[in-house]
Amino acid sequence: MKKVDAALAKSFGLNAEEFAKVLDIMGRTPTLTELGIFSVMWSEHCSYKSSRVWLKELPTKAPWVIHGPGENAGVIDIGEGMAAIFKMESHNHPSFIEPYQGAATGVGGILRDVFTMGARPIANLNALRFGDPSLPVTKRVVDGVVRGIGGYGNCVGVPTVGGEVNFHPAYNGNPLVNAMTVGIAAQDKIFLSAAAGVGNPVVYIGSKTGRDGIHGATMASTEFDASSEEKRPTVQVGDPFTEKLLIEACLELMQTDAIVAIQDMGAAGLTSSSVEMAGKGGVGIELVLDSVPQRETGMTAYEMMLSESQERMLLVLKPERAEMARAIIEKWDLDYAIIGHITDTGRIVVKHKGVVEADILLAPLADQAPLYRRPTAPTPKPAPLGPVHSDMDLGAALLKLIASPDLCSRRWIFDQYDSTVGGQTVKRPAQADAAIVRLEGTNRALALTTDCTPRYCVADPEAGGAQAVVEAWRNISATGATPLAITDNMNFGNPEKPEIMGQFAAAIKGMAAACTALDFPVVSGNVSLYNETEGTGILPTPAIGAVGVIEDAAKAVGLALKPGHELVVIGASKGELGRSLWLREILGQEAGAPPAIDLAAERRNGDFVRAQILSGKVGACHDVSDGGLLVAVAEMALAGDTGVALTAPDTSHAFWFGEDQARYVLAVQDAPALLAAAAEAGIPAAKIGHADGSGKLTHSDTIAISLPQLRDAHERFFPAWFAL
Amino acid sequence: MRTAILLFPGINRERDMAIAVRQSFGAEPKMVWHKETDLSGFDLVIIPGGFSFGDYLRCGAMAAQSPVMRAVKDHAARGGYVLGVCNGFQILTEAGLLPGALLRNASLRFLSMDTMLKVERNDTAFASKYEAGAIFRAPMAHGDGNYSADTETLDRLEGENLVAFRYADGNRNGAARDIAGIYSPNLRILGLMPHPEDLVDPLLGGTDGKPLFDSLAAA
Repeated sequence: MKKVDAALAKSFGLNAEEFAKVLDIMGRTPTLTELGIFSVMWSEHCSYKSSRVWLKELPTKAPWVIHGPGENAGVIDIGEGMAAIFKMESHNHPSFIEPYQGAATGVGGILRDVFTMGARPIANLNALRFGDPSLPVTKRVVDGVVRGIGGYGNCVGVPTVGGEVNFHPAYNGNPLVNAMTVGIAAQDKIFLSAAAGVGNPVVYIGSKTGRDGIHGATMASTEFDASSEEKRPTVQVGDPFTEKLLIEACLELMQTDAIVAIQDMGAAGLTSSSVEMAGKGGVGIELVLDSVPQRETGMTAYEMMLSESQERMLLVLKPERAEMARAIIEKWDLDYAIIGHITDTGRIVVKHKGVVEADILLAPLADQAPLYRRPTAPTPKPAPLGPVHSDMDLGAALLKLIASPDLCSRRWIFDQYDSTVGGQTVKRPAQADAAIVRLEGTNRALALTTDCTPRYCVADPEAGGAQAVVEAWRNISATGATPLAITDNMNFGNPEKPEIMGQFAAAIKGMAAACTALDFPVVSGNVSLYNETEGTGILPTPAIGAVGVIEDAAKAVGLALKPGHELVVIGASKGELGRSLWLREILGQEAGAPPAIDLAAERRNGDFVRAQILSGKVGACHDVSDGGLLVAVAEMALAGDTGVALTAPDTSHAFWFGEDQARYVLAVQDAPALLAAAAEAGIPAAKIGHADGSGKLTHSDTIAISLPQLRDAHERFFPAWFAL
Repeated sequence: MRTAILLFPGINRERDMAIAVRQSFGAEPKMVWHKETDLSGFDLVIIPGGFSFGDYLRCGAMAAQSPVMRAVKDHAARGGYVLGVCNGFQILTEAGLLPGALLRNASLRFLSMDTMLKVERNDTAFASKYEAGAIFRAPMAHGDGNYSADTETLDRLEGENLVAFRYADGNRNGAARDIAGIYSPNLRILGLMPHPEDLVDPLLGGTDGKPLFDSLAAA
């Protein structure tokens, strides 16, 4: 038996001060199991001890928000009595150690957060960041992560409809795997986690408990070093088949009135689910671990309380419904076991083999959890980019950019994800700026996207945080949908370093300003800190997952041009090249300030574009983001397999590749009418060309690229990288 | 056409299938759990796609042993219609109701994209609303769609004109002789890999899959 002391506490991730607090709360030396419970509940991953003071600054309310942060996932009103339930969550650390299982269990975990609230999951998305593609390790991680996301999502039958991928050497030892699930439920059938009812049975359903994933939450709360490979045993193994059974079993049980409270066993497994359910309900809970379904023999209380075995849920049931619930769960071939009951003691008591292994007062475990306002150091404001010049002609620059890893087609990736299962995917990956998934039996659809531009965030975290939010808002607006709310996944380095905490605080400030200006509240989220390897942090990456709604899915537009379309750019083009992909890919520089964010212009331009789309006058629409205007037009030409003749007189690289914000390219039959409407609304707009049957992208005598040539450049990277 | 859609644990395209059936048949299909043993009240039995029992053994091998499969065999012996799509096709081959096997895709990767299918014959209950030789679009989504059989079997399928559909725009999964779907000798059983049920609505990209269900409705 290990001796419980400060040294053991330290190895569990509790510092001396935190361990002293544990001793103070307990009034005695805790047992091993008790120390385990404190250490996971007070880990960064579960307690948000470094981030909570900042997260409070985010706007979380709007008339359409039903449940904001604090539940398993955010819940918003999407009309017709329905709710969208969604969240994004990271599985970064496990995905580097074991890419396939790390990514797969990331998908499994976020699915459970959503269906535990009563929602049928209808869409998965993801936000992925990988290291330098020239490194063999990057290829291994990309391959494993993509297979893992597909392996899990395809099997559970939830379409993977969107996502984003970036590459940067800052992620070499620390890839980011952020997974998002969106589900729908009736607004009057939403399930919460607060336990109630003294004497009510506490019921365990799902897979059996094994020794996998013990201290996973603690692993996710430390930096990586050369020994990280040894942490492989803390990565869990996913079983999507059992998850699928769990989804169907829970949704069937939720049709009855049996459930008082329900919570998935995610990070810190049985510990966090039981502590949080009892704590939220202001009750006590007693567990008898002898009844826990076990996959291995000889498991101790400590191991069972800290196991992160996947595909498990904890329920509080009405006692008179317990047998009916058992019949439903066992019909789906899942384990069902009453493992305890609700008490009025305000304590969590854990018994095993007749011994009390843990007895902790719940209130101080939650209330006295560490909370740090860590020192922050502001990121120095970047100097504006000076004059830059390239001799490359526009066409050659376009071909180089559109073939680069950050801008090339993601087809190789999304072709491995089932995007059509469910029979409601109106706009599949790459067909529109946001995926469009219809709500079965209605004309209504959700618009879904994930966004972040880390190269902006590292230069100016406040501007970058705001930009991530506005780009998500733009991508939804560009389909014609109304943006409603976001989930955030804050991926940062070591919060004990002031410059990292400064990035975090600034990103939150920028996000909060954007959310407020756009009426786009944060309803759920996740924080992943300590994304560092050998002392080197990732680019700050506040990934945003966003949900919008469109009443008539038939009005949603995509990217595909048709001959005859006239192309109009909405929004001002000043030619901002700071931190642009053009600067990085063509001149090899990462310098300057990111493009300015004008929240009033974003709002005005986006509202204008959405109204134009809903009036039926717009044939295709694309927001202008990575790579600038010419890349946006090229993507629209490829999507429609249609030639484009560009006529805007400007032939500067800054005009065509600048990443000025608040812009959209609209394809319309009647450009003069659109220009007049824009002028009336006080919005900058300019005709830049038209789509034609030429089969070429042309601009006066500066660009002449055939569509096959453009397509070959765009599609080449991933298949070539993974060619045998 | 009284229709049963079989539910094995891990099946995930049953709702897609129900939408297509409802639309063409004007009637509600019945969801039938895999432990049921009687299908005598049905004209058409559909085995939809998914990952029955996780496909942790060979795809469809576990489901082929479920109690309901005995009833499917009885139904087939009576001359009833059977449609197996994707995992459903795999289950039909594992159950011995159709010959051959679906191996791992040649690329060893899951394939999710639209494919074009050529209608090899239209004098069947499943294809009467397509023109003979027509080419139509269908989404596919599978890791194990590489149709394989010995040469003798393949020659027999060709000789007896039992190939239902062939890939017409490139053979992505490595299937022998570009075979995407096959019939039983009495033409009452069809197994195919792509998903016509996911293309029955203009809003979702087209209605190329609808004639298959319209054909059955008229059978």
